[in-house]
Amino acid sequence: MHPYTFSQPRSVRDALSTAGPGAAFLAGGTTLVDLMKLDVMTPGHVLDINRLPLRGIRRDRDGLHIGALDRMSDVAAHRTVRESYPVISQALELSASGQLRNMASIGGNLLQRTRCGYFRDVTTPCNKRTPGSGCSALNGVNRNHAILGTSDACIATHPSDLAVALVALSTEVHLASTQGVRTVLLDRFYEVPGNTPHLENVLRPGELITGITVPHLPWAAKSLYLKIRDRQSYEFALSSAAVALEMSGRTIKQARVAVGGMGTKPWRLTNVEKALAGRRAGEAAFEAAVENAADGARTRALNGFKPALLRRTLVRALTALTTESR
Amino acid sequence: MSSNDEVNDGQSGLSRRTVLGSTVAVAVAAPLVAGVAEATASSSAVAAAAETVSVRVKVNGTMRTVVVDPRVTLLDTLRERLGLTGTKKGCDRGQCGACTVHVDGERVLSCLTLAATTDQREVTTIEGLANGDRLHPMQQAFIERDGLQCGFCTSGQIMSAVAVVEEGRAHSDNEIKESMSGNICRCSCYPAIVEAIKDAQKVMR
Repeated sequence: MHPYTFSQPRSVRDALSTAGPGAAFLAGGTTLVDLMKLDVMTPGHVLDINRLPLRGIRRDRDGLHIGALDRMSDVAAHRTVRESYPVISQALELSASGQLRNMASIGGNLLQRTRCGYFRDVTTPCNKRTPGSGCSALNGVNRNHAILGTSDACIATHPSDLAVALVALSTEVHLASTQGVRTVLLDRFYEVPGNTPHLENVLRPGELITGITVPHLPWAAKSLYLKIRDRQSYEFALSSAAVALEMSGRTIKQARVAVGGMGTKPWRLTNVEKALAGRRAGEAAFEAAVENAADGARTRALNGFKPALLRRTLVRALTALTTESR
Repeated sequence: MSSNDEVNDGQSGLSRRTVLGSTVAVAVAAPLVAGVAEATASSSAVAAAAETVSVRVKVNGTMRTVVVDPRVTLLDTLRERLGLTGTKKGCDRGQCGACTVHVDGERVLSCLTLAATTDQREVTTIEGLANGDRLHPMQQAFIERDGLQCGFCTSGQIMSAVAVVEEGRAHSDNEIKESMSGNICRCSCYPAIVEAIKDAQKVMR
């Protein structure tokens, strides 16, 4: 591991004044410590931010507020989250392992890095890790790689389940830096790789995620996260879907849909949301609504199955959500 | 080796082992850094490597003070500095669960926990489970159900299993399997581990 200096700021102000280029914030450490061991991340200074007052789950008229340092396990188990936003709770419960969920923070989850094997292996070219070095995945082992939002520079899949659920719910992320605070829609927080895959989001050097707000959405109580993977547990998504439906009897009034395992960022599908609105729930209607879900997809040698898997994942998620007893 | 050799009293600042450890870290770091960076960068990096952090952490009920390089994991601190080798290093990448310990009562992976972040916290390892010569019910159940073959994953399995029962996530075979999925057993003792957890749960409650 490369050497670094270490500090434990007690206030957000202290943390921000110490942060900057070459520094890394440490929360749960489940991504950062792993990638520092692999020499993929080599910060010169590590700030342990776990003493900052960035915890607390509460609901008010604006929606559900979650602190950046709240742990995945605590959010997943929170009664309000379970009852009012089950898609969030389920996405968290289906992530990682019990140990990792006890450690990993919400802010860190949103910033976790891709599981692309080439990104994690410093002996291979990777534009995300070393800009301009090339992409080994384009003609490499790319079965798990993205088909949406890709470029000729990078096809790495975004790994977070939580972010898929949050993007579907139009979640906002709160940021702080020495320049002040700002709030960004999570969907716009993430950037597609283009020619700069090393820039994954709009965070500026030294800027810190302080929390998120999930907007008030009463009908999100009818929501679900479905995760498809190569083994039943403790694995990243090959495909996943976050769906929420506002129903009037058997008719869909509004829908929220996003998918994981498919995109270079969590992928909201507003075209599917529109196609679902006004339809009567049923498998044939769902299949019609998701017909164009994978439009714009670019497959590679080993992931040609993903457009069909994406559509089937959506149909199964929608069917499960509209047939379960509630 | 007695723990006095390895642990500081918190006042002298550096122990013999700490000084040796830091020196080794510098010696190793210098050529690595010099290989990828300019000489000026490596000299500042080496200076950083010499930095140590003093950590006061309660381990199995006893307050210990260790002075560590900020890169050192809790796992390596337990094994190499505190002589607690019951916690195993499997993958060292957060993928196998062999290094599971409890920090402030919650199961975590000690291989992805920096020792420097455990200041003022409470750590329980497999050595801290038994009550004197009386094994913890989970340890006893693993023996009675043959929940191990080679045994390398076992301390992680047991630490995780104790937490799973305390979390209330052991109501069915399927729930136990899901809750224990972060602990890999290459010998594939999973059925016996599930039975052991069900047995221990009855005694623990």
